[in-house]
Amino acid sequence: MGISLFILYKVILVVAVFAISLVIAMYSTYAERKVAAFMQDRLGPNRAGPFGILQPLADGVKMFMKEEIIPQVSNKFLFILGPSIAMFTSCITGAVIPWGTSLHIAGHDFTLQVTDINIGILYVMAITSIGVYGIMIGGWASNNKYSLLGALRASSQMISYEVAMGLAIIALVMTTGTLSLRDIAAQQTGWHWNLFYQPLGFIIFLICAFAETNRTPFDLPESDSELIGGYHTEYSSMKLGFYLFAEYINMFISSAIISTLYFGGYNMPFIGRLGLSHNLEAILGIVFLFAKIFFFIFFFMWVRWTVPRFRFDQLMNLGWKILIPLSIFNVAITGFIILMFHR
Amino acid sequence: MQALTTRSKVASNKKMTFVEKLYIPAILGGLRITLNHFFKKKVTIQYPEQKREFAPVFRGQHVLKRDENGAERCTACGLCAVACPAEAITMTAAERKPGEESLYREEKYASVYEINMLRCIFCGLCEEACPKEAIFLTDRIVDTEYVRQNLVFGKDKLVEPINNRIDVSVRETKETREFKTHPGYAHNKLYTKPSKA
Amino acid sequence: MTVYLFAILGFFAILSALMVVLTKNPIHSILYLVLTFFAIAGEYVLLNAQFLAIVNIIVYAGAIMVLFLFVVMLLNLNEETEPHKSVLRKLIAVIAAGLLLVVLVGSLKGADNMSIKPFSQNTGLIENLGKVLFNDFLLPFEVSAVLFLAAMVGAVMLGKKDIK
Repeated sequence: MGISLFILYKVILVVAVFAISLVIAMYSTYAERKVAAFMQDRLGPNRAGPFGILQPLADGVKMFMKEEIIPQVSNKFLFILGPSIAMFTSCITGAVIPWGTSLHIAGHDFTLQVTDINIGILYVMAITSIGVYGIMIGGWASNNKYSLLGALRASSQMISYEVAMGLAIIALVMTTGTLSLRDIAAQQTGWHWNLFYQPLGFIIFLICAFAETNRTPFDLPESDSELIGGYHTEYSSMKLGFYLFAEYINMFISSAIISTLYFGGYNMPFIGRLGLSHNLEAILGIVFLFAKIFFFIFFFMWVRWTVPRFRFDQLMNLGWKILIPLSIFNVAITGFIILMFHR
Repeated sequence: MQALTTRSKVASNKKMTFVEKLYIPAILGGLRITLNHFFKKKVTIQYPEQKREFAPVFRGQHVLKRDENGAERCTACGLCAVACPAEAITMTAAERKPGEESLYREEKYASVYEINMLRCIFCGLCEEACPKEAIFLTDRIVDTEYVRQNLVFGKDKLVEPINNRIDVSVRETKETREFKTHPGYAHNKLYTKPSKA
Repeated sequence: MTVYLFAILGFFAILSALMVVLTKNPIHSILYLVLTFFAIAGEYVLLNAQFLAIVNIIVYAGAIMVLFLFVVMLLNLNEETEPHKSVLRKLIAVIAAGLLLVVLVGSLKGADNMSIKPFSQNTGLIENLGKVLFNDFLLPFEVSAVLFLAAMVGAVMLGKKDIK
């Protein structure tokens, strides 16, 4: 592959991943409102276009048109930096996710992953831990007590749950033997989904994913009823839009990571036996991956409209006293089983 | 105490069992309930296209009736304004000039008749007080406005159009007529014994 | 190109490290420190040590600095509340920092004639790092693990309200 072709292919892939993340995040806002409505026996937005399908566009236009307010007493630079970091970190995580195997076009092999670094999982962890800064800086720069409280809650919550999440991933890495998301996805052909090897780890990871994305039942940083809007109380216009958008992109990316780590990624049982051509199989793989991702996005919303919010001490108890011991136990038992049966 | 619903549960502080402490079965139960609702029939009424049927006693925007010949029935006696608990009704009386017999039914009429729809509580006491069968509450909904002043409805909005009569037969039943003229009721006593007053 | 990148990143690392000390607002100091860590992580990537780079970001930028930020925000420190430092204290600080510099320079001078292993593409990869860590440096690794455990136990001890 020539260098110019390589650059072209990577640019196309990056733009595609970026665009898909944004479009899915956009329609997640619509889906969220529809799911909420349906679970409450309502119809949800249905005026803008057929079934309200243009609602996200209307919302976007509204966000852009709204007056931009930067509080006088705030730190202007950090106030703008906050949502930018939040958006940036949520957008760059998609780079390491394997969206499919590869496409053979005109004798070249195009891998459907922006970059395969051999420490993909750690990269994801690092980016999520950087994501806290967006919330913290924005909350602090607003110079508002509710924003500050929201920011403090967000940071303490995310740090607490990162530990359990990391330990759950360690157990997973012990079974897979690699940190590369591509290898992990490739290992799970047929029914060899990691879910069946790491059921406890999956549950821990799922709970932590809810906490990391600030979704109900862990949406304390922005709990409307007690903190007005949490860390984005002072934000308006598209800066607020960035925060909300980042949350939905995070939801999409974490759904993709859950699917890749535990649900076989682009693999589907029996697909190898059909004897399809390589390209068709790869495209079907993308479809399957997105089906899984959409299921998890739905699951995120489903839980949001079912479970009430935690109290802060309950949140900390769950994180430190239950999930972390449980994940350490999971690591120990995984190591024990590997030692006894596989070596 | 009698339970208000069949599904009420007595709260207790008993220690939870291990399975209950896991919370996962309870959460799954909750997820099942919300999923059931996901597929249930929706109760939303799509308002402008689809309207909910009003009860027969619904009281909406007022109408000032005309008689069979198209003359206004209101004589500006002011009983409705006195009866109004929200003090929403004001009026100015005027004398009928010769030649206006087809416009006004009696010698006195209301030259200005205003109801402030922001104050009105739609109780229907004006309708009850009216001795001339002139004011009725209809099943029409008062439209919203951007300016408060526009919600003070004058005669232009209240008097029914001459060739587009508004049906109030639902509210003008035999019982209501009897109620208005029955000599036994207190609100008619002033009329039966005017000599005492 | 790598050399230029290295130089640019090094410049940013030193600049933001200086800004950590020079800014009055503690929050800005912390954010500059985060920037320093990022620049250093970039240097690691250029040296093919992706694992170290990522761990540097996770541990320092992602956890420790967030805690710093957390504490500073919680205490609501800002430029106005910064206490005035006397000349004596400044003098003591300069002497202490100067001593540290002397120690650092002295130790680095001794490193001149240490043999440097030939650099290969795979040195920084996690497999090789793990092998080195669990074979050649097993004892220091375990000792530091015990140290961390002791620190954790100490933190729990401090955090407990009623210890008899």
